Amino acid sequence: MGKFNMTLQKTKIAEQNPAERRKNFKEVSLGYSEEEAINEAKRCIQCKSPACVSGCPVNVHIPQFINKVAEGNFEEAYDILVEQNSLPAICGRVCPQEKQCESKCVRGMKGEPVGIGRLERFVADWFIENGKTKEKKAENNNIKVAVTGAGPAGLACAGELAKYGYDVTIFEALHTAGGVLMYGIPEFRLPKEIVKKEIENVAEQGVKIQKNVIVGRSITVDELMEEGYKSVFIGSGAGLPNFMGIEGENLNGVYSANEFLTRVNLMKAYDKNSPTPVSVGEKIAVIGGGNVAMDAARTAVRLGAKEVYVVYRRGEEELPARLEEVHHAKEEGVIFRLLSNPVGIKGDNGWVEKLECVEMELSEPDESGRRRPVAIEGSEFMLDVDRVIIAIGQSPNPLIRQTTKGLETHNWGGIIVEVESMETTKESVYAGGDVVTGAATVILAMGAGKKAAKSIHEKLRKSI
Amino acid sequence: MYKILKKEILSQDIEKMVIEAPYIAKKCQPGQFVMVMVEEGGERIPLTIADYDRSENSVTIIYQIVGYTTKLLSQKLEGQTISSIAGPLGQPAHMKKVKRVLGIGGGVGAAPLYPQIKKLTEMGASCDAVIGSRTEEMMILQEEFKEIAENIYFATNDGSKGKKGFVTDVLKDLISQGKKYDEVIAIGPLVMMKSVVEYTKELNIPTSVSLNPIMIDGTGMCGGCRVTIGKETKFACVDGPDFDGFLVDFEELMRRQTMYMPEEAEHRCRLGI
Ligand SMILES: Cc1cc2nc3c(=O)[nH]c(=O)nc-3n(C[C@H](O)[C@H](O)[C@H](O)COP(=O)(O)OP(=O)(O)OC[C@H]3O[C@@H](n4cnc5c(N)ncnc54)[C@H](O)[C@@H]3O)c2cc1C
Ligand SMILES: Cc1cc2nc3c(=O)[nH]c(=O)nc-3n(C[C@H](O)[C@H](O)[C@H](O)COP(=O)(O)OP(=O)(O)OC[C@H]3O[C@@H](n4cnc5c(N)ncnc54)[C@H](O)[C@@H]3O)c2cc1C
Ligand code: SF4
Ligand code: SF4
Ligand code: FES
Ligand SMILES: [Mg+2]
Repeated sequence: MGKFNMTLQKTKIAEQNPAERRKNFKEVSLGYSEEEAINEAKRCIQCKSPACVSGCPVNVHIPQFINKVAEGNFEEAYDILVEQNSLPAICGRVCPQEKQCESKCVRGMKGEPVGIGRLERFVADWFIENGKTKEKKAENNNIKVAVTGAGPAGLACAGELAKYGYDVTIFEALHTAGGVLMYGIPEFRLPKEIVKKEIENVAEQGVKIQKNVIVGRSITVDELMEEGYKSVFIGSGAGLPNFMGIEGENLNGVYSANEFLTRVNLMKAYDKNSPTPVSVGEKIAVIGGGNVAMDAARTAVRLGAKEVYVVYRRGEEELPARLEEVHHAKEEGVIFRLLSNPVGIKGDNGWVEKLECVEMELSEPDESGRRRPVAIEGSEFMLDVDRVIIAIGQSPNPLIRQTTKGLETHNWGGIIVEVESMETTKESVYAGGDVVTGAATVILAMGAGKKAAKSIHEKLRKSI
Repeated sequence: MYKILKKEILSQDIEKMVIEAPYIAKKCQPGQFVMVMVEEGGERIPLTIADYDRSENSVTIIYQIVGYTTKLLSQKLEGQTISSIAGPLGQPAHMKKVKRVLGIGGGVGAAPLYPQIKKLTEMGASCDAVIGSRTEEMMILQEEFKEIAENIYFATNDGSKGKKGFVTDVLKDLISQGKKYDEVIAIGPLVMMKSVVEYTKELNIPTSVSLNPIMIDGTGMCGGCRVTIGKETKFACVDGPDFDGFLVDFEELMRRQTMYMPEEAEHRCRLGI
């Protein structure tokens, strides 16, 4: 027998069964055991020029770390992993692997690709349980750099700068670091203890995190520069929820997904003892088809809603959410109303009573290559619901651009950067993550943060 | 952690706290607010910055005990700490250079009114103030307003101080006496602001109001604080909290404020309030 495991399917991963998990906020996927991980790692045939790596936005040394897993050397696997990715327990869980690393894996040409994400998660969790923290704080060069926003972009940028020896402070608007990882993505997909641990690992490299500081309000970018910060990285994300502008959006019982998820995740409204309330109702419609919509729908299921709909104007194939989330949502009983576009929310007594929709069909592809949905005349229908959650996207918060002179933005609010360096139109001010790209992914935000850190270092090292 | 430097009981259920908060104290302007979280894991609530001391790095909040979180806050003592305070949030009040201003403060609304009137006075305006509350015992900041206002008038529901009735009754009296104002600033319960605006709109006296929808983050991230201003949806935490009273959809806001009544009642029940 060869040394590789040539099974076509990924090694199965244990999951909480749907009937059970509908009632709790514990993680759905239970992760690999050591044997399962080794077994899956052996499916990687250790390509000489690994295509998978090019699919990963931060170019994790995939075959190398997987090889260490196959050998049962998890500590070294971790060391290789974190060379490129400072938040592996998070990315292993939430990266859209089927569009990134795994989409390129040669094993995927016949059968399923190697479960790179699952292995990444396994190694990171193993390290949290068993690993020895590395004392590799770089010597402080006493050059101050400020990072705004403690989301994936800011954390990755700060972690990288700390490795180079900078005196880094992150300024975070909320009372908790983590950005979307803490307030958006639910516990059952990404346990908050894991996020906290990975943030601690970043902090251990010497990064200071100042919470409750809203850049643009508590202090401006210019004032940070005046206080001696030689460079500022903006990683403030795309946190402003979009609404549809349809009738009835301000009725009681209509939430943005951000509000609903923030109440439940960050403020822990799922726990009856939390003083922050959430009001769930019996029948909920979630508008949208991305990860945010899936998270809101699955959260509503867990909070006891009897019927939960996902209303999306395109078809199944166009759903932008991770495949696994759509699959999990269906298993948990979420009802998909695809090719349906909401046109109004009705309610006579001030509370939502109905969502009015129109059926859609797909016509020719538009500029984005996706087939454009058009309304079918006369196909209006009503959905009886008492809560509506709007999950149609987020834009960058205007606060920083409004208070920073010389910082140019696109008309949709994204900060304009020089793609090679991530430098903005304001000298020594850099930006990356959702604030530059619009709502995207954790790993892209981290990649951007790291890239900016390199440019900042390139520029500042001259002054050392 | 943020230290409570001073605490004072102003009336039956209204208290004042001076809290050490360097970033906020350095930058805040009248009309802005803070988000307070009393205990780690608790609720975030918005409170207006009633005063500040830049040299002492402190801000003052004045809050009425109405439910779970304000009760929890009131259990904190001088010298103790609260878990977080973030700000300053919201747009500073638009302080136009006008000659004659009437400030109307109902209940704890007198607190956010105070820094605006103080600032306008400093800018050379002549300001009158009407302070209203249910009873005299519940009235706050009488002395403070006396120091800055040209004339001060009172209204109480039971007639224990000033006019028996509402602040709007005083407003009507003043207008019928021939008083002229370039601007009215009304801050208090929604019903009060609504009835002030109904009256001032008729007389076409520009009226600014301060809105208090339910907020969580206070930074524009949740959209829970949305209000309709002249048919447009605005986020009160970033676009406000002060708005042109003539344009506010008060009915909608009053309805939205009641969104969590059953849940809030349950929380109050647990604290025994
Ligand atoms: C519900 C939900 C589910 C998602 N699921 C996935 C998924 O499965 N996989 C995936 O890859 N991606 C997912 N995403 C997208 C992903 O989370 C984001 O692309 C990513 O978090 C962007 O990182 P960021 O650092 O740019 O911004 P954010 O994570 O938004 O972090 C920005 C931080 O900056 C802070 N901030 C904002 N303004 C200021 C200011 N003025 N001063 C100081 N601090 C400020 C914010 O409070 C926040 O902490 C999801 C997003 C959501 C909302
Ligand atoms: C911009 C702004 C400034 C404010 N300034 C002051 C102030 O200076 N002094 C003061 O006493 N009060 C102020 N408030 C109101 C104050 O925030 C609420 O009284 C407080 O949140 C009640 O919390 P609770 O848990 O004690 O009561 P609960 O029993 O939870 O609620 C009682 C009522 O307060 C309102 N409320 C509840 N939660 C919130 C919330 N998160 N945000 C806003 N309103 C809420 C609702 O109408 C609710 O029915 C302000 C509100 C806003 C929006
Ligand atoms: S970081 Fe994401 S894309 Fe890169 S290897 Fe890991 S799971 Fe794949
Ligand atoms: S492409 Fe697949 S098989 Fe090849 S190295 Fe990458 S993970 Fe292993
Ligand atoms: S309080 Fe969340 S957007 Fe205003
Ligand atoms: Mg409350």
